[in-house]
Amino acid sequence: MDDLSGALQTALVLIGRMDPGLTEIVWLSLQVSVTAVLLASVIGFPLGAGLALSRFPGHKLVIVLLNALMGLPPVVVGLTVYLMLSRSGPMGELGLLFTPTAMIIAQCILVTPIISALTRQTIEDLWSEYEEQLRSLGAGRGRAVLTLLWEGRYSLFTAVLAGFGRAIAEVGAVLIVGGNITHVTRVMTTSIALETAKGNLELALALGIVLISLALIINAAVYLTKDLVFRYSN
Amino acid sequence: MQPSISPKILFSAIPTDAFWPAAGTARDVAEAGGASILPLRLEGVTYTRGGQSLLHEVTFTVTAGASTIVLGPNGAGKSLLLKLCHGLLRPAAGRVVWLGPAAAQAAERQAMVFQRPVLLRRSVAANVAYALRLRGVCRNERPDRIRQALEMAGLLPLAGRYARVLSGGEQQRLALARAWASRPEVLFLDEPTANLDPAATRAVEEVIQLCRASGTKIVMTTHDLGQARRLADEVLFLHRGRLIEQAPAARFFDLPATPAAQAFMRGDLLW
Repeated sequence: MDDLSGALQTALVLIGRMDPGLTEIVWLSLQVSVTAVLLASVIGFPLGAGLALSRFPGHKLVIVLLNALMGLPPVVVGLTVYLMLSRSGPMGELGLLFTPTAMIIAQCILVTPIISALTRQTIEDLWSEYEEQLRSLGAGRGRAVLTLLWEGRYSLFTAVLAGFGRAIAEVGAVLIVGGNITHVTRVMTTSIALETAKGNLELALALGIVLISLALIINAAVYLTKDLVFRYSN
Repeated sequence: MQPSISPKILFSAIPTDAFWPAAGTARDVAEAGGASILPLRLEGVTYTRGGQSLLHEVTFTVTAGASTIVLGPNGAGKSLLLKLCHGLLRPAAGRVVWLGPAAAQAAERQAMVFQRPVLLRRSVAANVAYALRLRGVCRNERPDRIRQALEMAGLLPLAGRYARVLSGGEQQRLALARAWASRPEVLFLDEPTANLDPAATRAVEEVIQLCRASGTKIVMTTHDLGQARRLADEVLFLHRGRLIEQAPAARFFDLPATPAAQAFMRGDLLW
């Protein structure tokens, strides 16, 4: 018990004086996850909106697949990306394995299904409300997609935050493709796993506190945007 | 408002009226020059859904000028008819044709206001701007058009408001302003006052009359007999998916020719 409270105290001190080792790890985590989520949004918004407005053979199957991919196991994604990027893999020449870029790719693959599936749902609901009006105003399909993305901006922001929550909290994929190399690919989750194993509870706890605080902030943001949506959509 | 004046005179008189500043684009002038998309003709239009025939062999022609009111009880197929005219639905049989010399531009020279207005999640003015952009009205011309449209609908003081917080009547007037802003030749109105109280209904009807006075052909559905009397120059009476009567308003209200119309006028419950 003394161990725990002592560790907690040290952890808070680490956070309080912005320990360089700690901030480096937090900063890298944010860089990797924010980049991955931005990329996933760039892919996921048009993909989800396109799926919402188009009908083709196999459309339902694609949606079922996409929804299933939301629960993709991170370690499997990590393994797949590892195989792709490893020396003997199809993209081995790029030398990306064990770099932050590899981690961004893995997280992007994890987050894209979440953002596209939530986008599809949002846009499909909006489309049923807006379709006749937009067609009447003379909007083509492309214009309609852009309009609906903007109309659904609050809900889509929630989707992005959900994706970010998934990316920042995930261990398996970044551990496999990043390798948890000090100063290079060590992010919060992989550090916590390592430091705990080493018995270095202070750093692990400090990182855990930062991670939980981030989760709290994100959830608060989601809640507030939902509140905003409710206020403005009625 | 001026039911006896011919539509041509009305239209050419617009720029001289103080209320209608001459927003003279080349296109407006071309339109005023007479190339019209009207008349609109429906020939044997039938619409089915789920094997059920909801509209049955409807044939009629509407011409420029007079306001046409599609009258009938709920479920008669009025909204369907309007959406078929506007091109939002395709008939299962029969055809919808624009017969005027400018028929090729029919799609962009008509507009519709729906029973429940769908306003974009942005300001009142931005809602009108959006419609103008889609109709290809150039950027420097838009502010004037927006101001005129909002002024007509009595919404100028609310231009900066968020559209979705407006009252029901204001929302419907904004939908009218947005539809009218692109200067459509034909304006379809689907029960625009169905969910409104008398005061809001009156305000919306005033805006409709202003649209009409600007030379826009009004084709509107209603199940409200009083409203039909106030606004109609011509009546299409629809019952159970069939067009029962098409007549000038005065004659229809004085001497409805069919038993169904007579019953409706008496206030009997039709279904």
